[in-house]
Amino acid sequence: MSAVDAVVAPLISAEQRKQARSVGFTLVVLGIVAAFVLGNRPGDAGFKLVDSYIFVIPAQPFARILALVLIALGAAQLLKGFGKWTNVVLGIAAATFVISFLAWAASGGSFSFTGMLQDTVTRSVPIILGAIAGIVCERSGIINIAIEGQLLGSAFAGAVVGSLFGPWAGILGAIAMGVALSAILAVFSIRYRVDQVIVGFAINFFALGLTSFLAARVLTEHPDYNILSPLRPIALPLLSDIPVIGVVLFTQTLFVYFAYMAVAIATWSLYHTKWGLRTRAIGEYPKAAGTLGVDVIKLRYRNVLIAGAVAGVGGAWWPIGMVGRFDQNITNGRGFIALAAVIFGRWHPVGALSAALVFGLAEAIQLKMSNLDTGIPSEFLLMAPYLVTLVVVAGFVGRSRGPKAAGQPYDAQ
Amino acid sequence: MKIVVTLRKIAERIARTSSFRLTLLAVLSAMVVGAFIIVLSDINKLQNGDILGAIKTVGSAYWALVIGSVGSLRAISATINSATPLILCGVSVAVAFKAGLFNIGATGQMLAGGMAALWVGFAMDGPGFVQVPLAVLAGALGGAAYGAIPGILKARTGAHEVITTIMLNNMAGFLVLWLLKTNLYQREDRTDPISKLVTAPGHLPRLFGFMDNRPDLIAHAGFVVAILAVIVYSWFLNRSTTGFEFRAFGMNADAAQYAGMHTKRLTVMAMMFAGGFAGLAGSAEVLGTYGYASQNFAGNIGYDAIAIALLGRSTPLGTLFAALLFGALQAGGRQMQANTDVPIDLIVVLRALIVMFIAAPLLIKAIWRIKVEPTSLGQAFRGQGS
Repeated sequence: MSAVDAVVAPLISAEQRKQARSVGFTLVVLGIVAAFVLGNRPGDAGFKLVDSYIFVIPAQPFARILALVLIALGAAQLLKGFGKWTNVVLGIAAATFVISFLAWAASGGSFSFTGMLQDTVTRSVPIILGAIAGIVCERSGIINIAIEGQLLGSAFAGAVVGSLFGPWAGILGAIAMGVALSAILAVFSIRYRVDQVIVGFAINFFALGLTSFLAARVLTEHPDYNILSPLRPIALPLLSDIPVIGVVLFTQTLFVYFAYMAVAIATWSLYHTKWGLRTRAIGEYPKAAGTLGVDVIKLRYRNVLIAGAVAGVGGAWWPIGMVGRFDQNITNGRGFIALAAVIFGRWHPVGALSAALVFGLAEAIQLKMSNLDTGIPSEFLLMAPYLVTLVVVAGFVGRSRGPKAAGQPYDAQ
Repeated sequence: MKIVVTLRKIAERIARTSSFRLTLLAVLSAMVVGAFIIVLSDINKLQNGDILGAIKTVGSAYWALVIGSVGSLRAISATINSATPLILCGVSVAVAFKAGLFNIGATGQMLAGGMAALWVGFAMDGPGFVQVPLAVLAGALGGAAYGAIPGILKARTGAHEVITTIMLNNMAGFLVLWLLKTNLYQREDRTDPISKLVTAPGHLPRLFGFMDNRPDLIAHAGFVVAILAVIVYSWFLNRSTTGFEFRAFGMNADAAQYAGMHTKRLTVMAMMFAGGFAGLAGSAEVLGTYGYASQNFAGNIGYDAIAIALLGRSTPLGTLFAALLFGALQAGGRQMQANTDVPIDLIVVLRALIVMFIAAPLLIKAIWRIKVEPTSLGQAFRGQGS
């Protein structure tokens, strides 16, 4: 035992040290960017928090102070390291950097900060639900590349059923479609033992093709099948009266509340219930679980179908929670972003939630950016969120390891 | 003569293998499901009780599909034209699969390669035998450079290529949009994002250029590049040391590491090769098909290529045939949309069904009640965890 420890311990710490170093370097780089790019525009930036109050940030001094702090933090990280607190420091640094970036972009004007945060939360919904669907599948050993297809298919079903029978029926229709597409994934990968990546991609193409085909052939001729009034935001009593947070978190559609509940339920069930233990077991080492009497096949079927239902609600968000109709390829790659959120969040619901919020923020910033005149080509601003993701994944997340048995068919013998 | 004999041998071998029958049955099954979809979505006819009319539509749609893909020289040329970038991107995804990497980034690499090739294409003015190879090479290098990014990130930091390539795809789209508005690329008299034209000697020569009065035969020498790429890929995979290392790495990364292979270098190289092939696809589109670049000249090809590589199980010949099949569907689909009221999106459904059926030999066996030897499927790639 001690021999193993002696071998393993330095390996882990070497890996950790490397990680800590790259965190330090990234902080320094962010500091330099803050100093030279974000510090080059004079003028105050107004962050509108509530209708009657605009919080003013002087963009240039803010960026310069931030730059100093970031470089100092980076140096401290490189010299000594924050140990347990690394992620907290990093989170605060990243959030401040984003605020500085916004101040830089908005300097000389003002914009609704609260509105942007609200957009962030709204737009992260399908990514959160898609990621939960991915996590539930992959934790039980089935790679779910088909999130995009499940979202798209259920968005279509939600739009058509919702137009004909009302939004609640639409959500049920979307769930049914999500479950149906998931059933294809389950049957092919569990029963017919087809490579899960192949089925997943085939489902994506199938959903894209079928919904586009039906939209072009049926919905254009019958526009009444594709129009509904989306659900309205519900202000939760008391909670929605809190300034800023009340608007951002508690004046939202049911989809948002459902997404947060899904994260909470998924986290709790994965780590604190018998179901969760068994699910994680069949994703890591199904043989052992099988030997101990877990019905691996049955549990995998059930989990893939549950995932489909969750993704179904995520797909229903487009027609029923947002735009009130279906358009060809309306999901536009959000399922792949959700897949990235799964890996980004290291197969943990809360991790995926934070990743989804980052992507949601990126979308919200893109929406706002088109109204702000920043002097640099808009394409680069639009590119920024993806670049940041790239840097974050490379610098902080690093090597991520998924469930061990994901992708391998199971033989019950 | 020797070539003819070899070709006949290959043809005989293909006809005998069960995977050929399997493919045929899978295509047939997909067409049957597609027929149901066409009939059931014909709401107007069904509401009038005109079931026969709806079924007739299936016939004319499928007939147009055949005619539009192989029915004439023009159709064959269109098929070849559609298949060219699909072959190259298919090889791109396939070579990464072989090394255990999932290249979703063919789109971005194609854009990078295409822009590099385009620059040589309009900045030079002949002679063609210098400019065209130079431009194609620039395309390969541009794609390889862009493909190297996720490779280096993975090797150095472990950042997962599924995330990084998706992000790089999105970034490439915006980069191209920006480039197309710069003085370097934008066409002089235009305000929208559209590039300068490739100079006349810079175009990839048309395959049927020897036929004087047939400007409608659009296939170009990019197809030759694609075939060469398949041959190179085949040689590389089966005959070269690095190819062997790729396969070893793809099958078992740990074993490859213990055997003393430089897995980090292999990761970077695999992504560079993948990027290079995708870059060739970009240059073929820019120099052969369009002669300029607009914002979205890569289209969905990079994603279709994933299906192609999966369908062809990442083997050189398999990828080639899968891409030809997809190209034929694409060309035929355009004809189908023109002749009937069936939208071209049907072919995306057909492609998905074909992939699914081919991947599930047991299902085909159950449907058609035949004996199909269970071909070993293996795993497309190592999974997401590594």
